[in-house]
Amino acid sequence: MNVLSIRDLSIDYRTGHGPVHAVRDVSFDVAAGETIAIIGESGSGKTTVAVSLVRLSPRSARITNGEILYTKDGQTIDVRTLDEDELRRYRWSDCAMVFQAALSAFNPVISIWEQFLDTARAHGMRDRHVVRERAGELLDLVHLDPKRVLPSYAHELSGGMRQRVLIAMSLLLRPQVIILDEPTTALDILTQRSIIDLLRTLREQLGFAMIFISHDLSIAAELADRMITMYAGTVVERAPVRDLFYRPRHPYSVGLLRAVPRISGALGAVASIPGQPPDLRRLRPGCTYQPRCPFAVAACGDREPDLVPVDTPAHDARCIRWEAVAAAVGDTAPAAETAAGG
Amino acid sequence: MSALLELDRVSRSFAVPAGRITAVDDVSLVLERGESVCLVGESGCGKTTTGRLLAGLLHPTSGVVRFEGNDVWVSKGGGLAAFRRSVQLVHQDPYASLNPTRTVFQTLAAPLLRHHKAHRGRGVTASATALLERVGLTPADDFLAKYPHQLSGGQRQRVAIARALCVEPKVIVADEAVSMVDVSIRITLLDLLLALGSEFGVTIVLITHDLAVARYFGRAGRVGVMYLGRMVELGRTETLVSDPAHPYAAALIAAIPVADPTITRNKERVALRSADVPSLLRLPPGCSFHPRCPLAEPGLCDVAVPALLPLPTIDGAGTRDVACHVAQRERRTAAELLGVG
Repeated sequence: MNVLSIRDLSIDYRTGHGPVHAVRDVSFDVAAGETIAIIGESGSGKTTVAVSLVRLSPRSARITNGEILYTKDGQTIDVRTLDEDELRRYRWSDCAMVFQAALSAFNPVISIWEQFLDTARAHGMRDRHVVRERAGELLDLVHLDPKRVLPSYAHELSGGMRQRVLIAMSLLLRPQVIILDEPTTALDILTQRSIIDLLRTLREQLGFAMIFISHDLSIAAELADRMITMYAGTVVERAPVRDLFYRPRHPYSVGLLRAVPRISGALGAVASIPGQPPDLRRLRPGCTYQPRCPFAVAACGDREPDLVPVDTPAHDARCIRWEAVAAAVGDTAPAAETAAGG
Repeated sequence: MSALLELDRVSRSFAVPAGRITAVDDVSLVLERGESVCLVGESGCGKTTTGRLLAGLLHPTSGVVRFEGNDVWVSKGGGLAAFRRSVQLVHQDPYASLNPTRTVFQTLAAPLLRHHKAHRGRGVTASATALLERVGLTPADDFLAKYPHQLSGGQRQRVAIARALCVEPKVIVADEAVSMVDVSIRITLLDLLLALGSEFGVTIVLITHDLAVARYFGRAGRVGVMYLGRMVELGRTETLVSDPAHPYAAALIAAIPVADPTITRNKERVALRSADVPSLLRLPPGCSFHPRCPLAEPGLCDVAVPALLPLPTIDGAGTRDVACHVAQRERRTAAELLGVG
């Protein structure tokens, strides 16, 4: 069952130089309890999509087309049609957003306890004792000492502790979906590891769905069930996690996978992707990745390709050359993986 | 090869409101001409302070910094200035390190003229063009008149590298120089820095929190791992990454997620005894890693600070320097002792 269903979503930013088509015709579903990773470089539209799901887009952004359908208890609503009151309820009790653990994600002049209390009050939890108990439970869950953390101010906590507090707060109203924007990017290695392990445990205990946005493929490899690769504002590949890592069929996914140096295994053919993403104000006809693509042929310039099923019905790629990509890349799964049937 | 730049038992402390911290504590490092060395560690480990000591931007509290054999802080006349020209820093954030009101040409021309590396007029343009070509910004004519905001992050970092090259340095200290550029182009920047080493004999010190980047960049060189101001392990990159000798290095390497779902979900971990990093204001006695270390032994590790010494492993392969009482006594690497090799 899908909790979120994004249909043909397009978003423009108004600028002095005309509209920027930041998101174009993006569609994907999120099943209950499922983890989806959206990957892509800066400017790919991944963050614009994520914040639009909770309607926190900046004023200059305008949804020009599409639907964001949210389903709870058999009832489906379009998030785009919610009024302010409905939106406030939806934002924390249905779909919560966890930002990067920057200080700016907190109010600097009130304690962590007051932030829990504010959030709870805004959603009709008036009983301080109930809030205190729930905050205590959640901080325990994220391995923080409530007695120490609740009276603190954000600046008194380390980056890892702030990220844990934000995760705990996002769970206050038991949302079905949590959206995390680069949840481990600014953190040290050991802290990053503990946050990854924590998210995995919480997901098992509480059963929420996660959508996380990252440029870091290794975090996606750790946590995702399914992957979405975005490029120039649109989805170029959608696949189960093992298909994307071992059998990528869009040249941009292949390029991203090759661009990341690894800590183990062969150093291999690590290489950057040549060129730069296109100007989203002036998109040329044809595939947006064509100018950087080693697989491009003349026909790639005719029209933007459709997202079509490739190896399996669960795996789509926006590339007319996907069979050539498949022939070149093949299947890179470890031997044990292939023997186990993927 | 000969020693070009050397830290000899260098420490540097700072006064902070709550007391005094030693950001770099008794660190020794010898850099050879043309080699590539990475310094890795988590925030607060002292890697950036070490970089600033190497570049002559900070005076050591104790110890000696030598360049071509001379103590740089006692040399008379233009000694310190000449040393500072020979060692250039490239910063993490090219958005902040380039003057937004100057074109690329102006950014490069100022140091070229100031240090008499080019003559006014056509000479400067030719030199600036050559520098841009060297860092891969071609055709150079397209870039000379541009302002930083007209460039991508990767292009700005190339301009910052070109500016560092203006004074023909012998050492470049690159502090997190690829952390802020998109993953898709990090490798070409690392390759550019590596080429400066192999083609022009420039010694490159890359400071990074990312061990996978260090492994790629330092594959022909060395890597040093720092923890709370001390160098805890220093050795050939491939040896250190595949078989870390210090338990902290072993824990870091085991914790790094890998962009491969099967490998990363089945990786052996090192369970630390505590997740809390001690404050530099209240360092634990003995080895500062002992409160977290799975190999720590009471009466040994909490008593004396371990020295950074060569580790002669039993099989004799892959020596490296490591500051760990237990690894030294057992003559085995921490990876082996912890079963994560």
